Amino acid sequence: MARRTRRASRANDDEIDSPLTGWALFLPAALFLGVFTYYPAVATFFQSLFSDPKGGRAARFIGLDNYRAMLDDATFVHALVNNLWFALGTIPVSIALAIVMALLVNRALPGRALVRMSYFAPTVLAMVAVANIWLLIYAPQIGLLNAVVERLGGTPHNWLGQPDTALGGVIVVTIWKEAGFFMIFYLAALQSMPPNLAEAAALEGASRWHYFWKVTFPLLMPTTLFVMVNAVVNAFRMVDHILVMTKGGPDDASTLLLYYIYETAFRYWDTSYAAAMSMVLLAILGVVAIGQFLILDRRTHYR
Amino acid sequence: MKVGADNRWQRGLETLAAWLLAIVWAAPLLYCAWTSLHHPGDVARMDLSAPLTVHNYAYVFNAAPFPRYFLNTFILVTMVIVAQFTLSTLAGYAFARFRFPGRNVMFVLVLLQLMIMPDVLIVENYRTLNTMGLTDTILAIAMPYFGSAFGIFLMRQTFKSVPKELDDAARIEGAGTLRTLVSVYVPLAKPVYLAYGLVSVSYHWNNFLWPLIVTNSVTARPLTVGLQIFSSGDQGIAWPILTAATLLSAGPLLVAFLLFQRQFVQSFLRAGIR
Repeated sequence: MARRTRRASRANDDEIDSPLTGWALFLPAALFLGVFTYYPAVATFFQSLFSDPKGGRAARFIGLDNYRAMLDDATFVHALVNNLWFALGTIPVSIALAIVMALLVNRALPGRALVRMSYFAPTVLAMVAVANIWLLIYAPQIGLLNAVVERLGGTPHNWLGQPDTALGGVIVVTIWKEAGFFMIFYLAALQSMPPNLAEAAALEGASRWHYFWKVTFPLLMPTTLFVMVNAVVNAFRMVDHILVMTKGGPDDASTLLLYYIYETAFRYWDTSYAAAMSMVLLAILGVVAIGQFLILDRRTHYR
Repeated sequence: MKVGADNRWQRGLETLAAWLLAIVWAAPLLYCAWTSLHHPGDVARMDLSAPLTVHNYAYVFNAAPFPRYFLNTFILVTMVIVAQFTLSTLAGYAFARFRFPGRNVMFVLVLLQLMIMPDVLIVENYRTLNTMGLTDTILAIAMPYFGSAFGIFLMRQTFKSVPKELDDAARIEGAGTLRTLVSVYVPLAKPVYLAYGLVSVSYHWNNFLWPLIVTNSVTARPLTVGLQIFSSGDQGIAWPILTAATLLSAGPLLVAFLLFQRQFVQSFLRAGIR
């Protein structure tokens, strides 16, 4: 109790009581945040309740019509379901790979710097650049993938042009780009673990497999939760590669929510409907945000 | 004795696995580089002994707007960095050291932006910039990112750890608020600026969807958008050209990564953990 009051008074000493200066310093940033984050978030909501003005007719209030229309919109449902599969396909695999990579690089290894660089390099590339590279790999006639498949005796396949493999193809690309990024968080976590833990386990004769599942993995849990939140947000935010590789096709097989919003707003110019779908996207991200707060809360308790 | 042998086997296998995975992971990039250095015919035949050529790179560089795209990206990134550094430094200082009414509510609002990123507000932000008459300018690409919650949060945390005594000392010597900020706080935060800068530069160097939406002419489009002219040919895609353009566009960032590998990893870590 005494400690808390002392800390509180110290915190007060650290602060300057000057409302005007405080606001003046914050104002420039507040202005930009207001115009490009808070205003559009609110405006998107109102936009979603009004029809688009067309041919001289003013916008009129249509209530929840846009939201009702979504339920009957096969492409929207497709985009949402695809987005869930996209998340389920990318997140567990890239997290598992990230852990494997971190474990492999977190020890003496000839050429370690080179190996680590190879894992991490895709992170530095633009999603568009990554998409171009994989477009070539998947190319039906001259692509590397079909060349390998043929040499192994299989039949070549139009990977991005067929509905059954298009989404999978995009998922693989995302995993390639993300795994190395997540690896660095695991690497940092592994390096902060006390080395005598492993020594003690080895002395007791615990197998390394056993040690990983009983000690390392649980200790990595906060990192995993953190990485997971990041990965979920990415799964709903990254659509650059869709635009370059498949344009959502064929037959909406690889369309994702944000990509469909982009198409609706800037190809069909149905901004009111696009606004309603943006609200759905914001709601999903909001749920993730709440999840993150709860997780971070637990994390501090854990410490 | 037996344990030691087992260990050596296991270590060998793990090294092998690490290298195999590294080769698989590097393969797409190496394949891309290989394609960019060959004639189209040799690429199609996958002839590993075919002669190398830098013709594709020369072609891309002479393809009219490409150098201009480089310049645009460079201007864009500079603009974003300068604005973000300035605004985040000022606001970070406010939240770290000043008491003002509504501070806590404002701080929560700022943190909210970590989730509602400009990336998902494309429809309304386009409308706003259209009203301002700014569409199809580099400024329009940059502006939604000027106010950065991440930057404000990062600077606040950094400035909070600066001993208040240094602030007091500067003020006793007669420095005003801005002088104190620039001469005491900013120099102490250099590594943080580097980390923030690297993350921000790589984000905006690579950003695609928003610039695509808000620009439509050569004078404003950045590299990522300009790159697409090479992948939309009438007679199919000229792969050697596209791969050369792709590597050229990623080049500066890749070189920076090779030079500052440690700082890159450190700053991505810092940015992630926030």
